[in-house]
Amino acid sequence: MSELAKATAAGAVPESMETYSPVREFWRRLKKNKLAMTSLIFLAALTLIAVFAPYIAPYDPTNGVMADSLQKPSAQHLLGTDELGRDILSRIIFGARISLRVGLLAVAIALSIGTVLGSIAGYFGGRIDNLIMRFMDVMLSFPSLLLAIAFMSVLGRGVENAVIAISIVTMPEYARIVRGSVLSVKENEYVQAARAIGNRDGAIILKHILPNVIAPIIVRGTLGISTAILETAALGFLGLGVQPPDAEWGTMLGAGRSYMFNAPHLVMFPGIAITLTVMAFNLLGDGLRDALDPRLRQ
Amino acid sequence: MLRYMLKRILMLVPVLLGVSLFVFLVLHLFTTDPAMMMLGQHGTNEQAEALRESLGLNDPIYVQFGRFVWDLLHGDFGRSLMTRAPVLEEILARFPATVELALAAIFIATVVGVTVGVISAVKQYSIFDYLSMIGALLGVSMPIFWLGLMMIIIFSLTLHWLPVNGRIDIGMEPVHITGLYVLDSILTQDWESLKSALKHLVMPATALASYSMAIIARMTRSTMLEIIRQDYIRTARAKGLKETVVTYKHALRNALIPVITVIGLQMGVLMGGAVLTETVFSWPGIGGRLVDAIMASDYPMVQGTVIFTATVFVVVNLVVDLLYAWLDPRIKYS
Repeated sequence: MSELAKATAAGAVPESMETYSPVREFWRRLKKNKLAMTSLIFLAALTLIAVFAPYIAPYDPTNGVMADSLQKPSAQHLLGTDELGRDILSRIIFGARISLRVGLLAVAIALSIGTVLGSIAGYFGGRIDNLIMRFMDVMLSFPSLLLAIAFMSVLGRGVENAVIAISIVTMPEYARIVRGSVLSVKENEYVQAARAIGNRDGAIILKHILPNVIAPIIVRGTLGISTAILETAALGFLGLGVQPPDAEWGTMLGAGRSYMFNAPHLVMFPGIAITLTVMAFNLLGDGLRDALDPRLRQ
Repeated sequence: MLRYMLKRILMLVPVLLGVSLFVFLVLHLFTTDPAMMMLGQHGTNEQAEALRESLGLNDPIYVQFGRFVWDLLHGDFGRSLMTRAPVLEEILARFPATVELALAAIFIATVVGVTVGVISAVKQYSIFDYLSMIGALLGVSMPIFWLGLMMIIIFSLTLHWLPVNGRIDIGMEPVHITGLYVLDSILTQDWESLKSALKHLVMPATALASYSMAIIARMTRSTMLEIIRQDYIRTARAKGLKETVVTYKHALRNALIPVITVIGLQMGVLMGGAVLTETVFSWPGIGGRLVDAIMASDYPMVQGTVIFTATVFVVVNLVVDLLYAWLDPRIKYS
């Protein structure tokens, strides 16, 4: 009896006989990437902190005690207090809610619209492709942060408008990526077969094309979250994004700026929070790219 | 090549037309009635109607857009609601400061980025490689306005090495030739002014450069690593050429081509970043002015600055593309 037959008879399935699953293969590769896994754990923890902020934060993030203003980090206030006596740690914890929500929401909106426009342009080609992509070119002619700022000026300040502005300015990039990927798979035989048996265009795009171009979209989306968080912080810093007294990391930096001469901790800690979060999304994005498509590995 | 250049330059026309249409429509759709805004709360409906008529706001939208483009082409960007000065005049007065900042940043980003990238690739997996890649990761993750604030805290407030803000010490401005203080003070051999200008420039420029520097370092490293493994590099080594000649003459030259594209792409990042850097360091460029204009709902100023910057951005990108085509003979000019 051969080794294989023996093993099968014994009821053990040899490793090579396991059914191949792309998801399992992807997870196996991702698990090997320590930096990506650390980032994933960090982001999971941050999400939990954001969700349970009211239970975790030691103090009220918006109401401070004036007598305690501008205190240096101490046992009572681990990261010190701001100009209104509010606990900075609590504000950073609550700020995670806004940064994560805006980052995820902006990317979700931009990605959805970008995917729809990109797949229509790539799939149908011709005049409609030309129309959509020239419009995207125009939007890409603006430096993205500048365009977001310009949008904020007409939409008005505030967090919802920040989400809208950031999703509008980042959308063309997703449309481009999706269009490119759709172009590369739409001539495949399985797409032609699907068309030959009479599937509708919408069904072909949804069932046969998009699943095959999803990898680069996910990777770009993850990296896009870090851009969205940075841009939210930038808008907040300029006074255009989240409005006081709500705690948002960029807004905290902008407000703390006036006090940095005698209380540098006001600007130090929110910046560290932004940097760590953005770094985690960057590392996770790189890890996803390597795990989803090993050929792209740098 | 000449045909390709002409074609690319002609293609600017529809893009710029699209840019102005886009800005025009966005402002038209989202902003409140300019007539009501100019009259304030006490304006009557009749007054507003008369003002709308005289401003041409009752004309069909394509007529308004046509007039808008016509004015732009004649250099008429409207007047600032805040200062009543012509918008273009204000932009041009502040533009040299932004150009100086952006040029200094791109210079720092390129020189440091390429150097670090080459050393990291040649000494792959060394301590230098690890440290510089950690630095690059920080560079793409740190908000530049935060880096700027941290630099101010360290180098200005704690060590007192560098000034907190501004472009030059008061009264030190060099004779106006180009409007770029560093260049003007070199041209007029005014070394005191040069010293003052550089001292003011180094922090904002480095902060602004950080992101692009990181991207350029990563890009240089990965293309160098790819190229070092090519056959012609082995041939060059086999010929007995010195390692430095192989690295700099054979490898780096080819690695620089994709790096130039990246540098071009960074121009947009730099222009957006300039708004933040100028705010942090109170740099008197157009970025800081844009933020003030937004705060004051000064729409003509916002509109003018955005169109002006987009135009500069599109032109710079074109120049980079042409440079790229010229450097890489494999690119077909079709």
